[in-house]
Amino acid sequence: MSEVIDASHDHHDHHGPAAGLARWLFTTNHKDIGTLYLWFAFLMLLIGGTMALIIRAELFQPGLQFVAPEFFNQMTTNHGLIMVFGAIMPAFVGLANWLVPMMVGAPDMALPRMNNLSFWILPFAFGMLISTLFMEAGGPNFGWTFYAPLSTTYAPETVTFFIFGVHMMGASSIMGSINIIATILNMRAPGMTLMKMPLFVWTWLITAYLLLAVMPVLAGAVTMMLFDIHFGTSFFNAAGGGDPVMFQHIFWFFGHPEVYIMILPAFGIVSAIIPTFARKPLFGYDSMVYATASIAFLSFIVWAHHMFTVGMPLAGQLFFMYSTMLIAIPTGVKVFNWVATMWQGSMTFETPMLFAIAFVVLFTIGGFSGLMLAITPVDYQYHDTYFVVAHFHYVLVPGALFSIIAAVYYWLPKWCGRMYDEKLGKLHFWLSFIGVNVTFFPQHFSGLAGMPRRIPDYALQFADFNMISSCGAFIFGFSQLLLMYIVIKAIRSGQPATDRVWEGAHGLEWTLPSPAPYHSFTEPPKITDADAHS
Amino acid sequence: MSSGTDHSAYYVPENGWYPVWVALAIFLMLGGGAVWLNDLKAGDEPNITLTLIGLVLLAVVLFAWFAKVIEENQQGLYSPQLNRSFVWGMGWFIFSEVMFFAAFFGALFYARHFVLSWLGGEGDKAITGEYLWPEFEAVWPVVSNPDPSVFTNPGESMASPGVASWGGYLPFWNTVILLTSSVTVHFAHTAIKDQQRTKLLSWLGLTVLLGIAFLILQVEEYIHAYQELGLTLSSGIYGSTFFLLTGFHGFHVTLGTFMLMVMLFRAFKNHFKPEDCFGFESASWYWHFVDVVWLCLFFFVYVF
Repeated sequence: MSEVIDASHDHHDHHGPAAGLARWLFTTNHKDIGTLYLWFAFLMLLIGGTMALIIRAELFQPGLQFVAPEFFNQMTTNHGLIMVFGAIMPAFVGLANWLVPMMVGAPDMALPRMNNLSFWILPFAFGMLISTLFMEAGGPNFGWTFYAPLSTTYAPETVTFFIFGVHMMGASSIMGSINIIATILNMRAPGMTLMKMPLFVWTWLITAYLLLAVMPVLAGAVTMMLFDIHFGTSFFNAAGGGDPVMFQHIFWFFGHPEVYIMILPAFGIVSAIIPTFARKPLFGYDSMVYATASIAFLSFIVWAHHMFTVGMPLAGQLFFMYSTMLIAIPTGVKVFNWVATMWQGSMTFETPMLFAIAFVVLFTIGGFSGLMLAITPVDYQYHDTYFVVAHFHYVLVPGALFSIIAAVYYWLPKWCGRMYDEKLGKLHFWLSFIGVNVTFFPQHFSGLAGMPRRIPDYALQFADFNMISSCGAFIFGFSQLLLMYIVIKAIRSGQPATDRVWEGAHGLEWTLPSPAPYHSFTEPPKITDADAHS
Repeated sequence: MSSGTDHSAYYVPENGWYPVWVALAIFLMLGGGAVWLNDLKAGDEPNITLTLIGLVLLAVVLFAWFAKVIEENQQGLYSPQLNRSFVWGMGWFIFSEVMFFAAFFGALFYARHFVLSWLGGEGDKAITGEYLWPEFEAVWPVVSNPDPSVFTNPGESMASPGVASWGGYLPFWNTVILLTSSVTVHFAHTAIKDQQRTKLLSWLGLTVLLGIAFLILQVEEYIHAYQELGLTLSSGIYGSTFFLLTGFHGFHVTLGTFMLMVMLFRAFKNHFKPEDCFGFESASWYWHFVDVVWLCLFFFVYVF
């Protein structure tokens, strides 16, 4: 029956995919599934981005202009949920699907059918979530952190759809992680030892463990919400001996590892791109691996730094403050390693490199504001202000999202066999770079001055910063349409790419032809030192 | 690649319709479930059709999917490497289940040790309890809620009566049953390794019976709790944690028993060989897992 693989081959061309819609619905191919994930994530980016622009349009001036406060709440909530679970995470999973098998020298993902299931759950889950916006009761309006009792006692009835949507996203993530772990641990080509793996593979291995550990906890949290709402339990209701603060603990036990889930693969991407364009091997490979593992471990013991103002014993405040500050050490190791990699390198500044360097600089700014937030006494001042919004957008937009965009520019020629337009790519970079800073940098100031987050109206003294911020948001938002244009143009009519694509690129994926064949490695490749991690 | 004949012996299945239908089935089941729950809450005429359609669809597709995997394995398409992928998959799936229960155990510990003392007037947040419900006494099991007008007090808890009287204590017998079943399923595994069909069938059959016995006793206990003790899901934090923990455990035992029944059926059809019986092994790992969860339940929910 080994011809089953051939059977689907000869329909159209020698690459092997089935024809039409069936290819995408029924595929078991890691590249097809990776493509599905990436386009889905981009669609979600546009939907979540539209919500962000509605928010920024409303905040352009003080007073209520465009939307009702109730709808504004739905926008902040769904913007957060869609960007976190619909855009950033699926984009990283899509990259893992495309790249991990090629990087470790495997024919495909370890469990190809489950791979398909992991993806196809997502459109249904987000269909369910987004449909609530069109229901009579309105969509979820309690913030992406869905604190009880806002999300239980006072929630709109559509919260039930939200809960089941989260269950579905969780199932998708868990299956995806299991698949990635099995692929990395079981499918490496002979000679591809763990410490030869590219850092993107390492960071994803560790991310997959984080997902496996915390997505079930999130499922547990929403399950308790479901029972409180529909079956009369009192987990988050003090009248029955429960506690709303308990919800926050359980949520952030998931939530803090979750934010590293959204940044560790980014570290892997940047660690691949910088050596290529600095034409030097990555500085401190081993320390990068250990730093990633340390960050992952620390992510489990810092969760309550999100909740300093809710009240906790002094010992708890000190513990969570110091353990949070500890994270700066492995993170600093990484930043210094990237800088040391560039030091005295023969650097060129193609679009992926520009995004990667911007990542290093701007993510570091986001990391530093995180350190400020970690200091318990001053967090009392910053908590729930725009300073927090500025902080996490600096790590998520020029952090996670920039790394994803960098990865798309970097590997796109390998995926589709054609180069993107370098001039347009640079234009896209500068528009994004300026847009992102104009949007989020002023939010530090309005936050420090006391502007609370999640409100549709604000006091007059914040007007200038908000107007600047809104202008930046529209520049940034519409620039992403340019990304879509550049990618489609490359796929349809880009210049043919060479196999190696980038002069300084190392790693197994560059030994394959461009575009990469439908089945990556028909037999395990030989691992040479040059093709080991870059 | 054009040839595609040798994929280093790692079998990559052709395109398949199963996954996308599973996704659709889950969507119908949960979407229908949400509509149904909301109707119930609003007091409208509830309609469960969509959920049932989803459930049936899920069952049908999963049956076909598993049948296909078994068939492919019997055709010799699976290499030892591929079987290792299944091992990793099942192992880490069980780990994720452990974390699911960890969330509920975490809630139990948090409620008992922190919430209870705060509501009872100790520690940092004691003022809440003092201000709202000064009469509340912090005693676990909570049989007298902070505000009994919102959450009706249970008449009695399920707490263990002390080791001396465990002879008449149903959860104790359930513990004995589950522990025994872990041993019998291990004997069944040994029987596969020794290629002793009759032994395999009898030990595995006994395990399934023990699983069913556990479930019957568990239902009996719930009836007792609801009808005689007045302990329900809505009788405050004790009832909440008790029923959620034991309920999800019971649901997992149901799944595990079902898996073992499938394995019994496959044993009748001589599917298992000493070197190739991962289907059985994964069901038995799952069974040991629900057993361990029960031990934690027995001690932390019933005894202490």
